[in-house]
Amino acid sequence: MDVTFLLNGETVQVDAAPTQTLLDWLRVERGLNGTKEGCNEGDCGACSVLVRDDSGDKALNACILFMPQLHGKSVRTVEGISGPDGQLHPVQDAMIKHHGSQCGFCTPGFIASMAAGHAQGRTDHDDVLAGNLCRCTGYAPIIRAAKAAEDQPVPTWLDDALPDVNPATYAPQSLNELATWCAANPDATLIAGATDVGLWVTKQLRDLPDVAFLNRCVELRAVNIDEDIHIGAAATMTEVLALAREYHPHWAEMIRRYGSEQVRNAATIGGNIANGSPIGDNPPALIAMGARLHLRRGDATRDMAIEDFFIAYGKQDRAAGELVTGVTLPKSAPDLRCYKISKRFDQDISAVCGCFNITVTDGLVTDARIAFGGMAGTPHRASNVEAVLIGQPWTQATIDTAAPAFATDYTPMSDMRASAAYRLEIAQNLLRRYFADSKGQATNVLEVSP
Amino acid sequence: MSVAKPLPHDAAQLHVTGTARYIDDIPTPAGALHLAFGTSEIARGCYTMTLDAVRAAPGVVAVLTADDLPFANDVSPSIHDEPLLATGTVHYLGQPLFLVVADSHLNARKAARLGNVDYTEETPILTIEQALAANSRFEDGPVVWTKGDVDAAIADAPHQLRGTLNMGGQEHFYLEGQAAVAVPQEGGDMLVHSSTQHPTEIQHKVAEAIGVPMHGVRVEVRRMGGGFGGKESQGNALAVSCAVAARALGRVCKMRYDRDDDMMITGKRHDFRIDYVAGYDDNGKLTGVDFTQMTRCGWALDLSLPVADRAMLHADNAYHLPAARITSHRLKTNTQSATAYRGFGGPQGVFGIERVMDHIADDLGLDPVVVRQRNYYAPMCAEVDQDPPYVQTTPFHMPVTDFILHDMTDHLLETSDYANRRSAIAAWNAANPILKKGIAISPVKFGISFTLSHLNQAGALVHVYQDGSVHLNHGGTEMGQGLFQKVAQVAASRFGIDVSAVKITATDTAKVPNTSATAASSGSDLNGMAVANACDTIRDRIAACLAGLNDTTPDQVQFADGQVTVAGQTFTFAQAAGLAYFNRVSLSATGFYKTPGLKWDRVKGTGNPFFYFAQGAAITEVVIDTLTGENRILRTDILHDAGASLNPALDIGQVEGGYVQGAGWLTTEELIWDDKGRLRTHAPSTYKIPACSDRPDIFNVALWDAPNPAQTIYRSKAVGEPPFMLGISAFLALADAVRACGPNYGDLQAPATAEEILRAVGRTRA
Repeated sequence: MDVTFLLNGETVQVDAAPTQTLLDWLRVERGLNGTKEGCNEGDCGACSVLVRDDSGDKALNACILFMPQLHGKSVRTVEGISGPDGQLHPVQDAMIKHHGSQCGFCTPGFIASMAAGHAQGRTDHDDVLAGNLCRCTGYAPIIRAAKAAEDQPVPTWLDDALPDVNPATYAPQSLNELATWCAANPDATLIAGATDVGLWVTKQLRDLPDVAFLNRCVELRAVNIDEDIHIGAAATMTEVLALAREYHPHWAEMIRRYGSEQVRNAATIGGNIANGSPIGDNPPALIAMGARLHLRRGDATRDMAIEDFFIAYGKQDRAAGELVTGVTLPKSAPDLRCYKISKRFDQDISAVCGCFNITVTDGLVTDARIAFGGMAGTPHRASNVEAVLIGQPWTQATIDTAAPAFATDYTPMSDMRASAAYRLEIAQNLLRRYFADSKGQATNVLEVSP
Repeated sequence: MSVAKPLPHDAAQLHVTGTARYIDDIPTPAGALHLAFGTSEIARGCYTMTLDAVRAAPGVVAVLTADDLPFANDVSPSIHDEPLLATGTVHYLGQPLFLVVADSHLNARKAARLGNVDYTEETPILTIEQALAANSRFEDGPVVWTKGDVDAAIADAPHQLRGTLNMGGQEHFYLEGQAAVAVPQEGGDMLVHSSTQHPTEIQHKVAEAIGVPMHGVRVEVRRMGGGFGGKESQGNALAVSCAVAARALGRVCKMRYDRDDDMMITGKRHDFRIDYVAGYDDNGKLTGVDFTQMTRCGWALDLSLPVADRAMLHADNAYHLPAARITSHRLKTNTQSATAYRGFGGPQGVFGIERVMDHIADDLGLDPVVVRQRNYYAPMCAEVDQDPPYVQTTPFHMPVTDFILHDMTDHLLETSDYANRRSAIAAWNAANPILKKGIAISPVKFGISFTLSHLNQAGALVHVYQDGSVHLNHGGTEMGQGLFQKVAQVAASRFGIDVSAVKITATDTAKVPNTSATAASSGSDLNGMAVANACDTIRDRIAACLAGLNDTTPDQVQFADGQVTVAGQTFTFAQAAGLAYFNRVSLSATGFYKTPGLKWDRVKGTGNPFFYFAQGAAITEVVIDTLTGENRILRTDILHDAGASLNPALDIGQVEGGYVQGAGWLTTEELIWDDKGRLRTHAPSTYKIPACSDRPDIFNVALWDAPNPAQTIYRSKAVGEPPFMLGISAFLALADAVRACGPNYGDLQAPATAEEILRAVGRTRA
């Protein structure tokens, strides 16, 4: 596949295999060894690079970034974050002064993430760097460095103008074109952010002969707000986060902990839904909000309540050649709370993700939408709990009566993230948290100060 | 003088610009080959295999099995029980069975999955309990050390308690995975680049594997991307594989593990179960403790004996145990061979007695800080006023003469405002039904020296060129800890020059031979002294030369501020070096150092295995959620003893990083094997080391800047491992928060994941 992009300010044109990763290409083909392989699955950030596209500067994991995704973009590796005459970027200078590197292996990835955060004027450094693991420093000096660089100007050498490129056949630019292609290639793999498909390649060592890339289909990324919110399937989770902060702050807080900065910059909401994972975090939130899912096959479109999309583990209501085009959700859901429980707060897959949207009118529960991930083979509503709640007074007694019904809604499994017993216990306890939260009690350890 | 300055890491500029070179960054010639292991899918049993599909896979150049190895099939650092490639039986899931040599890393990995292996499975021994039941162990029986009549001391005490503490292992998660490159040389010699803490061990194992004397193998290491003990012995398999393949094929061979392979194949920290029985008086003062330490060593011996020894050697931590028995079971299981990891068993031993301290405080309703202070060893100068001098001894009968934790603890309690915060936390907990806070202190007293006494030696090689620039080499390796910079600061100080005049060079077995691993926190103690010794030799020669030229004595020649003064004349150091060269003075010298005063009988468990003790203390405050077990560290205050620090910035870096790594061990880092023996947490997606936001929001770290009473290099102290144990305070703070939830002792186990914390909360209320 012909790919044209800027690499450290220079235009490059390459004929890349569809699943050639940027990391391997940099290191093996170009001898640019500054960018490191730490895990080869997008979880450690050692391979982070600074990428500019039409939505701005961002950090991405090069290990699960396929070359065709770069068409028309600009890439700066750690070597190109320094100036052409060896001048240091402010974050590089600060990392030296604040002793932010020890073994140095994670450092280039940190530099890329810090440079992206710096370009965006970010000061939420824990979020900017949640996708970069360091085993030596304990992070404190890195944060000191990030703070010290905040007020320094962005170096002029990073101001790359995006290259003009020809449309690429592997990356349809319109929805019509894409839908036609999908219908004609029903067994093909659609690649949006590659945060999941990337691992098929780097870990399962699969070859993917038929692929199409979604990132250049502008229509598929569109967000429209009228009576409802319509989010295109190819909107990245970073874009969704910005939107959610405005309309659904509790969903936003969950998305803040979804993957990492690098993962959210690549991952799309459509991908998170369409792959049908039982531990994807957005489906329970969307189910609790009452969202509808839109699909298209050729010219035929349909939509459904999003919970109906998930039929069984590994099975979704999507025909061959059909694609998820977007999701519609309400502008307001003031009672929505999203609880993501994982072994680590940041950059971790949920053991359990519970989303609650319970309406109380005049002291009685009038509506309840409760959905969980991690409790069954699919994201799934707690219908029995909902049934017990509805019509009852909003009291601790009602909660205690309803909580045991989770055992009839779910039969969770034990795995490396949590035991079945823990999952079931915290599902019940999250309902108790929701109640306590509604009564103004402190329930969130992230909001406690020493 | 260059020492004591907070200079940046020597490679900081290279790190931040991506130009620091690691093994996989070394340019290799066209035609270089790449290696990968085919590994076992069962934990225990026999197998036969057909590898035709592997050989036929794209890009495969050769496939080697145990039968193809020309000489030794062994990569063990200890008792030759660790074949590079299995020989018909397998001992853990992940064990290498065959070696693929291919034209690319990816092709090697793909082909390695194509082996047709026919297994006959046996039931694996996976857990401590299974190993005890099967009497599956190394050595004939447990090792037992005793001091006094412990049974009587416990039985006669006013109070007794017993308990069990389980603690999980820990994956090193060095960011740079294991890697090696072998470059075949003329005449059958081999040059090996390895990411190793132990170049001499690599040299030794490679020489055995390719059938040459050690002089035929040169091993070079410029830096590692993290080690933490995980590269003390675990790099042997890669380096030997590369050398064997390079010898067979005459081409450069490289091997690096993919992260999942790394975690499936290599050893980790030993997990332990510690059973304890303690006797104590009404004040919480111990009369005797009986520890039974059970450790899971995995399938091969590796370094497990000295690890288990060090756990026993730290069963006292900072506390005087009037009577003690420590029983150590070294259990053999069908899991990865547990190996060195920062602290080397010390953290497990320390954790045991820290648990006992908290358990006693809980039983008596005392502040755990007070119980600790009452049990501390006598302070450093306490014996001076007494006749005969009063000296307390460890359970292995070593006098403790340098104990400074009384003053350090008092200082830390004050700077952290401990007493007020403890009251405030109690009030906060009373007002919050769902969230609970906890606070705890843990001190550390860590013995410095290799317990295999002969390893406490180091060599150095220093050249001064005629322009006054200095080439520095020693046996220590750089894994991020800043050793190279600290030693360069020593060298610069000996010559009175700026550190920029000192060129730090890669560790190289051809420059300094017979080195010990960079381990046991000993790097700067040993290599700093060896380098000082070499520098002094050269400096004294220059002084003698200049004194002769100026008709004075060498002691009248001064080296300072980049200048050499003699008889009223001032030369730059470069001029002095030039003069020495012109007068035919050798400006190259080796240096050597061996730690004095060590005497240790590990079988009896008596003697002085340590040169001195490094100390420190941490106070951690946490909050937990009693509905989910979710938790956070809110604040940490640390006071750590680095002696007279060689470089306070680098030492504080070790303290901060060690603390967070230690806290990770006991909180989110959970290794899970299924009942087939498959490690389920073999990538960062499932194994969770601390991320950025997991560090304490408030993180106050200070050094206790007092010179080491022992005669170390510039009176500094070792700092690599000791701060790791300060992370124990995070666990104890979580246990303290759990304690606030109900009437019973929570009996929190490690790692204290959210799930375990919720279980413990349940136990307090049961």
